[in-house]
Amino acid sequence: MIVRKESIPPGPSGEAPSETFVLNLGPQHPAAHGVLRVLMTMDGEWITKAEPVIGYIHRMHEKMGENRTWAQFLPNTSRIDYLSAMHYTHAFVGAVERAAKIEVPPRAEYVRVITSELNRIASHMVWWGAMLADLGGLTPFLYAFDDRELILDLLEGICGARLTYCYYRFGGLCNDIDDDFVQGTRAFVKHMPPRLKMYRDLVTDNIILRKRLTGIGPISAEMCRKYGATGPVIRGSGVAYDVRKIEPYSVYPQFDFKIPTYPECDSMARYLVRMDEMEQSLRIIEQALDQLPAGPVMGKVPRVLKLPPGDYCYAVEAARGRFMVRIVSDGKDTPYRVKLRTPSFSNLSLYEEASKGMILPDALAMMGSLDLVIPDIDR
Amino acid sequence: MKPSIEQLTEAFSCLAGPVPAEVTAPSWPVAVYTVDANLKGYHFDAAVSPAQVVTAAEILDRFGFGLDAVTGVDWIAQNEMEVVYDYFHPEINLRVVVRTRVPRASPELPTISPVFPGANWHERETHDFFGIRFLGHPNLTPFLLPEDADFHPLRKDYQP
Amino acid sequence: MRFLSLEPIRILLYLVGICAFVGANAAYLVLAERKIAGRIQRRPGPNEAGYGGWLQPVADGIKLLVKQVMVPPGTDGLLYRLAPLMVMAPPLICLAVVPFGEDLVARNINVGLLLVFSLGSVNVMALMLGGWASRNKYSVISAARVVSQNVAYEIPMLLVVITMLLATGTLNLNEIIRQQAGWFWHWNILRGIWTLTNPLIPVTFVIFFICMLAETNRAPFDMAEAESELVAGAFTEYGGMGFGVFFMAEYANIVVGCSLATVLFFGGWQSPIGILSGPIWGPLWFLGKMYALIFVVIWIRWTFPRTQFYGLLNLSWKILIPLSLFTLLLSGALITLTKLL
Repeated sequence: MIVRKESIPPGPSGEAPSETFVLNLGPQHPAAHGVLRVLMTMDGEWITKAEPVIGYIHRMHEKMGENRTWAQFLPNTSRIDYLSAMHYTHAFVGAVERAAKIEVPPRAEYVRVITSELNRIASHMVWWGAMLADLGGLTPFLYAFDDRELILDLLEGICGARLTYCYYRFGGLCNDIDDDFVQGTRAFVKHMPPRLKMYRDLVTDNIILRKRLTGIGPISAEMCRKYGATGPVIRGSGVAYDVRKIEPYSVYPQFDFKIPTYPECDSMARYLVRMDEMEQSLRIIEQALDQLPAGPVMGKVPRVLKLPPGDYCYAVEAARGRFMVRIVSDGKDTPYRVKLRTPSFSNLSLYEEASKGMILPDALAMMGSLDLVIPDIDR
Repeated sequence: MKPSIEQLTEAFSCLAGPVPAEVTAPSWPVAVYTVDANLKGYHFDAAVSPAQVVTAAEILDRFGFGLDAVTGVDWIAQNEMEVVYDYFHPEINLRVVVRTRVPRASPELPTISPVFPGANWHERETHDFFGIRFLGHPNLTPFLLPEDADFHPLRKDYQP
Repeated sequence: MRFLSLEPIRILLYLVGICAFVGANAAYLVLAERKIAGRIQRRPGPNEAGYGGWLQPVADGIKLLVKQVMVPPGTDGLLYRLAPLMVMAPPLICLAVVPFGEDLVARNINVGLLLVFSLGSVNVMALMLGGWASRNKYSVISAARVVSQNVAYEIPMLLVVITMLLATGTLNLNEIIRQQAGWFWHWNILRGIWTLTNPLIPVTFVIFFICMLAETNRAPFDMAEAESELVAGAFTEYGGMGFGVFFMAEYANIVVGCSLATVLFFGGWQSPIGILSGPIWGPLWFLGKMYALIFVVIWIRWTFPRTQFYGLLNLSWKILIPLSLFTLLLSGALITLTKLL
């Protein structure tokens, strides 16, 4: 079965490539996960070159960081990747806390972990629904959003927002959680495993999906390292790199969870990594709820926050990969430079090389398996 | 492969020495620091001259590091621009930062995209935001900004 | 009354009836699909227009009718306008030979089965013309895919029909149904098993069903209109009523396909329990079986993702054709054996 054309056969009179045409998978397209434009030079159905063109939703958060105080930048962090906003706020808050040596009380850390993991599950549900919608199965999208509604209701109860939460503050959280949240989360943790099993039986084990994803879009571990691709992309290539285990932060060392890794490097491996990650997140949430200490949720923070000059960074495992914030401070109350290293940017940078010679539906399936969120790429 | 800080220090110390004459040298010697990761977030900091960034990238590639980000900082008061390369290691907790400085009037340094192809996009973005030219880069056209943009927004003297 | 039994008047009434039947089906099958899709996806489906959404097709029809029928510049004007006509005409003609009841058939010709399958290929040509004439890269890719897919799936379909032909011995659709009189185990799909004339007829039915899905470009074989890849495939440049006609034609093709499956395998207008037949009950049984099959077609669409293009072609050339050839040879062999014994 041909899955990749290594070289394009010469034209009828023997010269190199036969007619190619440029297909513009434009910014408005049902399969591009946002405003992404891919200029595909195609030979019939085979792609000879797929060049992503980005910048359609570039809002320049990094410049906004220079014009706002440290605390005023917090809402921006949620809007970089709105599907896993908690992680992004966590990274920025963590960087500032690290630099200013602010102590975070343990209860706040545990709640941060619980909300981050809930957000990870919500983000993976959106990915799952959207990827299957790309492949033509339009029904799982609705089921995924059903489960996601439960998470969004829980998070709305504690921070008032359904998507762009701005829940963490320097030194802790802005409000404490209440009993409704704890009971709701426990109920959710019980509700999810049968649903995940149903999805496994109905969707993951579906022969058409298996044929559609297995062996498609191989990305070697070496390519991931060279391009800086992280998250499920590198874990689907056999490398067990997860920021929560390799560069532990917050209270993650207290929990017992596995890093799902599949060595096959194809789209199916990345798919299975994310499905298993949801189960591991449920484990972490359950352990965190059991270990949740009582106490305050806000540490001591100076009134006007000024960081000592220098550069600091903090990395978290967001839903899509490694998100790192690098802040440069010159002692004032606004940052001198905020660099946001987003996972989807690096994950997409390998698309041009990885999709050479693929056929169009396979290239789109591979793009779906990379889990791109375009505002994450463009910032 | 799991490198240690000692191995990195030794590898980078071989970069010390005179800077080649044809590159306009900033006033920095090669300096290597081990850093308090709890405070800064990275373990190893190497300040190199612009001509040596490719060698530094090759050293780190040999040790199995992955490219995290390439970015710039505009130090307008010192009339220099700093280019910062972040690297992470997929197997151990060891973060390396390689930094260099170029003069603001003619910010040029070689590209590391032959060593780390992922740098292609990062360098293009840094060029977009700061105007830093990466010599040897295949395609230094506007990336995040509109195709006809000729301004560099993250410079401190940028007026919209 | 004698006026009505004049042949030309009878044909005219039938044609009007068939057009009305196809029109009503196309309109309300769209609603049925949307409501069934909604229920499968755990949401109500359209329920705003009219009570429970029953006026939704009327609203859609009015919307499509009042849209400006625009021919994009640069397209081949004749082919662009011809494609929707060519796609709508074959199902209407095919339904003229399908017997809805014992006497309820427009023209009971002796080669009814042949007529239906010869017109089935015109669908391919029409989609190709539509895709080509639109002067749009997406449409051209889609037209190329449609041609490969339909050609690949016509072969097993015809092999299957020849197998059934061996079993029934006639091309006359009404005659085929009359042979299945009795209880439901006399229907062709089950009759072969206990009379040992051909135990593989259920397999034949499955092959026929898959080929029918592929011929009508329904999911999971809807590469031609793969929404998430090619926007709307061959129909991208059609708006207003042109698009409406393509849509109606897709449902008309499904009606024809399912009614043929009913005739060949499920006994047409025969009642499954021996009693309750007659001029009123016959059509009711026919329509009931046909709509049950249409429900299965809709159900499959909203359950499975799409195959890749080469997976689809592999399924046809490497699996269905050998399988249908095998059932054909088996039927032939068993019939010869029973004749010898």
